[in-house]
Amino acid sequence: MSSSIQGARLRETSTIDIGHGALLYVEGLTVSFDGFRALDDLSLQIDEGELRCLIGPNGAGKTTLMDVITGKTRPDSGRVFLGTDIDLTRLREHEIATVGIGRKFQKPTVFEKHDVLENLELALRGPKGVWRSLLGGLSAEARDRIVEVAETVGLIEELSRPAGELSHGQKQWLEIGILLAQDPKLLLVDEPVAGMTPAEVERTGELLVSLAGEHTVVVVEHDMDFVRSIARKVTVLHQGRVLAEGPMERIQADPAVIEVYLGE
Amino acid sequence: MNEIQLGRRPIQSRRQWIAFLVIFAVGAVGVPVLNLAVPEDSFFYVPNYIVPLVGKYLCFAMVALALDLIWGFAGILSLGHGVFFAAGGYAMGMHLMRVIGREGVYASDLPDFMVFLDWKELPWWWWGSEHFAFAAVAALAVPGLLAFAFGWFAFRSRISGVYFSIITQALTFAMMLLFFRNETGFGGNNGLTDFKRILGFSLQSETTRVGLFVASVTALSGAYLLCRWIVSSKLGRVLRAVRDAEQRALFSGYDTFYFKLFVWTVSGVLCGLAGALYVPQVGIINPGELQPANSIEMAIWVAVGGRGTLFGPLVGATLVNTAKSVLTVAAPDLWLYFLGALFVGVTLWLPAGLVGLRLPKAWRRKREPAPGGRE
Repeated sequence: MSSSIQGARLRETSTIDIGHGALLYVEGLTVSFDGFRALDDLSLQIDEGELRCLIGPNGAGKTTLMDVITGKTRPDSGRVFLGTDIDLTRLREHEIATVGIGRKFQKPTVFEKHDVLENLELALRGPKGVWRSLLGGLSAEARDRIVEVAETVGLIEELSRPAGELSHGQKQWLEIGILLAQDPKLLLVDEPVAGMTPAEVERTGELLVSLAGEHTVVVVEHDMDFVRSIARKVTVLHQGRVLAEGPMERIQADPAVIEVYLGE
Repeated sequence: MNEIQLGRRPIQSRRQWIAFLVIFAVGAVGVPVLNLAVPEDSFFYVPNYIVPLVGKYLCFAMVALALDLIWGFAGILSLGHGVFFAAGGYAMGMHLMRVIGREGVYASDLPDFMVFLDWKELPWWWWGSEHFAFAAVAALAVPGLLAFAFGWFAFRSRISGVYFSIITQALTFAMMLLFFRNETGFGGNNGLTDFKRILGFSLQSETTRVGLFVASVTALSGAYLLCRWIVSSKLGRVLRAVRDAEQRALFSGYDTFYFKLFVWTVSGVLCGLAGALYVPQVGIINPGELQPANSIEMAIWVAVGGRGTLFGPLVGATLVNTAKSVLTVAAPDLWLYFLGALFVGVTLWLPAGLVGLRLPKAWRRKREPAPGGRE
């Protein structure tokens, strides 16, 4: 029950104590599935306002790391902190969302039968309890916020369309919009440009770059051209560990990285 | 931007309100008048046997409504709603047994089956059942608590999908075995029957039956509006979100556990109410109501009528039960084949149920991809 107390105390994302500038702090994280070490003593630090790209071959542990941060998977050992005082390994999924972490899945996951407007409404930051949902209305402020988010992700013309009717790229954007409506500190974005046209890829890149600063963005991506176009700092994962970290140019020149990943 | 409508929405459109009020008036005023005030040789006369029969369908319709609330909206298929229906039914049946007084076969203060079992005094779980108010509260509270407890453990363990359905089947089966035992103290396989009166009115009298009928119409209408009210709120949209993409709902900050538990419990309570109204109208409650097949039939009513519409299941329950009443007399052996074929047919060709058919316009639209369907 201590987790829900902590969750209640930290309902406001603005109270995150950044301390030394690290928004997300991962230390010694190990996760095993049936003897396979998906994450092996992984340590990582993401600063506030950063746009970080996470790359690595299949099975490097990228998605598992996301799963641990968002509470979907519990680590065998290690620590994951948001700011200096929120222990994410002790919170449940919805509490982690409430303290300010939004996640975009690899496969676009939106509410297909709800229209775009309802998708954003459900995501909107605010009371998420049973009674408030049953009895509550929506403030003018909230409406403005929805319109603002819809404009940001280019879906303002589609507000009344069911999400299931959107194109693949639009669904990806809607999912990013859902994240934005949550007003998170940290956005975890898993393969945002998979299946997009070149024009859509470019717009998505601009969008993510514009979000960094105000938000902290972590992008997992396979498309190296895309990573090159947006990345300032790249972390390469391999076999559940950090293989290399630094600016893209240096990463590309790193022999170890070339061997396991880029060289393929 | 004026069309943006968020938070709570109107529970139904103006046309739906008019239709609702017309149907309510026919049920609550029309039927009683046509039964009690119209001469028997009139064309408009509603025969006596029709009143409790339709009253029974109304109770089944309420069960279908309750089931649709969780299946159609939250995507939780229960194949054990007979448990909550029977719990409400037994709570009312116990009261009706007690108010028989000494008019039973053994002229005892105890219900006949207890005398037969040679019990000397009332077991504790029958205490209070002589009061109607107690029974009325118990008929809602017992299924509600049962649903809450079951839901608590099932949803906490994140049991979902077909596993959840199977466990609910097991629940109703286990309850049936329990209630078949004489020692359980609910009349064993005979159940509770031979009721004489309710609230002092004779159950044989035509006016009492009409009164129970009107009570059923009113309860069903209230339950329908309650469900509409629930699904037209933001909570209704969260439920559909849980149904379609629970992970996304969790990562949007909703503790889906409480949403499921809430609507599951409401559904259980509505079923209990249906059971409590059913028992005085049919005059008996026994463990047969707990048969797994009964609960499956309930799901068929919903599927036939149209899931996720609230109105469809009312139609489905009424039509399927009318067909049952006719067919089990005309060709008793064929009923189960018919039911099975109906279920298969509806699943294959009418996934949206009967109300999915409604207008010619819907036919014309058929070629376009279904709204929200997968491409």
